Amino acid sequence: MSKLGTITRRTFLFGSVAIAGGVGFGYYKYKQPIDNPLKNDLADGGSALTPYVLIDQNGISIIAPRAEMGQGVQTTLAALVAEELDVTLEQVNVLHGPASSAYLNTAVLEEVLPFSSIDTGAMANGARKFVHVPAKFLGLQITGGSSSIADAYEKMRVAGAAARTILIKAAAQKLGVAESSLKTENGMVIGAAGQVLSYLELASTSATIEADSELVLKPQSEWKILGKSQNRIDIPAKSTGTAEYGIDVDLPNMMYASIRVNPNLGAPINSFNSGKAEGMQGVKKVLAIDNGAAVIATNTWYAFKAVNAIEFDWAQASYPRDTAAHLKAVEDSFTSEHQDSQFRKDGDVDAALETADEVISAEYRVPYLPHAPLEPMNATAWLRDGKLDVWAGTQIPTQAVKEAIKITGLDESNIKIHTTLIGGSFGRRLEMDYIIQAIKVAVGMPDTPVKLTWTREEDMTHDNYRPIGMARFQAVVGDKGPIAIDLQLACGSVNTSQMGRIDIPMAGPDISIVQAAWDQPYAVENFRVTGYRTKNIFPISSWRSVGASQNGFFHESMMDEIAHSKGLDPMQMRIDLITHEPSRKVLMAVAEMSDWGTTLPEGHARGVAFSLSFGVPAAEVIEIAIIDGKVKILKAFAAVDVGTAMDPNNVKSQVMGGLNFGLAAAMTGDINIKDGQVQETNFHQYRSMRFYQAPAVEVRVLENGDRVRGIGEPGTPPAAPALANAIFAATGKRIRELPLSKHIDFI
Amino acid sequence: MKINVNGKLHEVDVAAEMPLLWVLRDELNIKGPKFGCGIAQCRACTVHLNGRPVASCSYPVSAVGDAQVPTVEGLGTPEAMSIVQSAWVAHQVAQCGYCQSGQIMTATALLSGNNNPSDEQIDTAMSANLCRCGTYPKIRAAIKTAAKNIRQIDRLPIVDVTLVKDKHHE
Repeated sequence: MSKLGTITRRTFLFGSVAIAGGVGFGYYKYKQPIDNPLKNDLADGGSALTPYVLIDQNGISIIAPRAEMGQGVQTTLAALVAEELDVTLEQVNVLHGPASSAYLNTAVLEEVLPFSSIDTGAMANGARKFVHVPAKFLGLQITGGSSSIADAYEKMRVAGAAARTILIKAAAQKLGVAESSLKTENGMVIGAAGQVLSYLELASTSATIEADSELVLKPQSEWKILGKSQNRIDIPAKSTGTAEYGIDVDLPNMMYASIRVNPNLGAPINSFNSGKAEGMQGVKKVLAIDNGAAVIATNTWYAFKAVNAIEFDWAQASYPRDTAAHLKAVEDSFTSEHQDSQFRKDGDVDAALETADEVISAEYRVPYLPHAPLEPMNATAWLRDGKLDVWAGTQIPTQAVKEAIKITGLDESNIKIHTTLIGGSFGRRLEMDYIIQAIKVAVGMPDTPVKLTWTREEDMTHDNYRPIGMARFQAVVGDKGPIAIDLQLACGSVNTSQMGRIDIPMAGPDISIVQAAWDQPYAVENFRVTGYRTKNIFPISSWRSVGASQNGFFHESMMDEIAHSKGLDPMQMRIDLITHEPSRKVLMAVAEMSDWGTTLPEGHARGVAFSLSFGVPAAEVIEIAIIDGKVKILKAFAAVDVGTAMDPNNVKSQVMGGLNFGLAAAMTGDINIKDGQVQETNFHQYRSMRFYQAPAVEVRVLENGDRVRGIGEPGTPPAAPALANAIFAATGKRIRELPLSKHIDFI
Repeated sequence: MKINVNGKLHEVDVAAEMPLLWVLRDELNIKGPKFGCGIAQCRACTVHLNGRPVASCSYPVSAVGDAQVPTVEGLGTPEAMSIVQSAWVAHQVAQCGYCQSGQIMTATALLSGNNNPSDEQIDTAMSANLCRCGTYPKIRAAIKTAAKNIRQIDRLPIVDVTLVKDKHHE
């Protein structure tokens, strides 16, 4: 449980620092400083120096208000504060902290803008600043879009620096010396005469002190923590079975629930008969909830058994009843009335296609994919004495508060969201379904804490999926590469589907439909990328790297086809076409790492792909062997550019993980619909990468980019095309559909 | 019925067919073993039974009998980790970490019987354990480091009383 829950109400005022940005916008409300949510729950003698630094009887705590779902974000966020505060990571507690709009993420919305993430022109930068305004009004505390580090890079260092100046002022008062005579080191203020005051001793004195309005951040050359690989703060607990995930929450006299919801997604239930379930061992209660029913029992397993014993009469959903019909809907959306965007329109593509002697063309497709994190959806809720507490692994705790208000009618001040560690997400925990259900269970079982856990079958068949999609291209190729490319992409709108579920209307084109396709830094004289929006017929959502997850495959398979059509080296052709220097350098790096161009043993081959997503250029080479007609993935090489790497080893880990996540889906990832229901119910049918299938992975991190970037997602998009391109190089077989296992076997 | 977990005897009153996992998690509050699939396809729930890794999600509690049930908590603690756990930290293996209790239990069982496993032996031993974050290369590296450390100090990799005893009796 969060330590914040144990802090008693404060009795006097503490100094605060407004760390909100927003100068120069002229919006009165926007310019108001953000309240410090830590001040609501302070213990006597504690001090919440900024929304990110808390000093109390538990010591120094840093608030890292982003969901830790495996990406190491809490360690790196804490490092940003610790660097400026002059403490070591070992000296501090790191807490997720409360749900609060003070922890809004302004950077996440930048990705929805129709500007390339490497476009630093005045218009693009102006637009990026402008989305910080709606971001503040929405107050979304959200983890996603590989935006956490970019969003926090300045504000959390400022928070550390502000807290440090407050502590120096407090020490100066206490010692009766000038502030300028004091320095800080390892959680202490040190005086010229050798006086030493720990930050803890200074907590109460610091209470009424304001930080300087002008704060000077350390130059990079003086960093002691940032830029250096840290031991992740969560790994000892995760290596000893002592880390507490949402599913591990334990409360006094807690009950355990599970739920079944109509597998015809979104459709209601006609009726259900829970007679048998109610008489089963351990069962306390059956509740009708939304489009399903939940069982509350004394053990999760009793709840699983009983909920599966309920006889349901499900209503049918309105969407097409099988996968083929969903694909047909995508196919039918390549029409002008479905056109959603055409952000890239260089030269005259039509003229080039019409006058060319030869045009190559192809059609590609990708399936629905589940997130399938290893920790199934779960949440715990406890409604008592007019207060609601919710424990959940969530990427949007502020949205959980809104949902709780809607369901219970309680005032926000009586609702607490405890954000737990997350056993994988990949975008799944941007959704509210499991939290809403847990709150409704709590309403139906007041005064008792109840933990709701989904079965894996419920999780796999009630996801919001990566959309099924298609691409078509036509290209004219010259002796040195493409002269003209017409790339057409079609799928549903993730942004409207996903944001619609949390009541945020999304107007205009959905950039995710063309993400990592329209904005790639290749110079092609005639280049047009058109996005077509398929009507949303099925719940779809952000899946690690979002639109880049399919468009990386489409775009980079296409580039490979273009190269091979004229016998060009696919690596060299890309390097020659690239216009963005950091992007060119990741390709050069991966060529060197993989010994690109050298001869491999018989049956071995390499494939390359490059994707620029979330501002990060990522190049990957996959080396495979064909053994008895089957593919064995041997090695993977990746080079990425994150601008400045806050934690180089963690960046490498994320690239390795993102790459393997992409390979796993590329090999066998597939979700099919039959009779209106998802057919893959568990890991025996939804096959993921196994240990023996994982390649050795080598990652190089470059730092030529213009600013700090996040790395949770960019490792994923090049993996599938690099693998497919390697298979082509080895076999001459061009596979234009994922999963690749539909067309070739893997060892 | 009685059940012996990490050297401690517990009395539990549950259905005989309840999987061991749910006795550990919801009855005994032993949360290291994780629920991932319920059908022995992910092995996040791995514990040891008679020195072998077992998917506790699919193992009825009534079949445990007198056997000792070491879980990941029985190997070591954050303050005093087993050799395998230390190697996991040294290689910074975990990402989301949800599968790692099971991975560590399976690796510990492997290394208990083989202090110098080949890549193929590691593949065979580890391929039932699913990791969705893609940490497999680091798991392999950690197993090799743990094996090396075990060979160097010439003792068993774990602080597991039953296995230590069994080994000494061989």
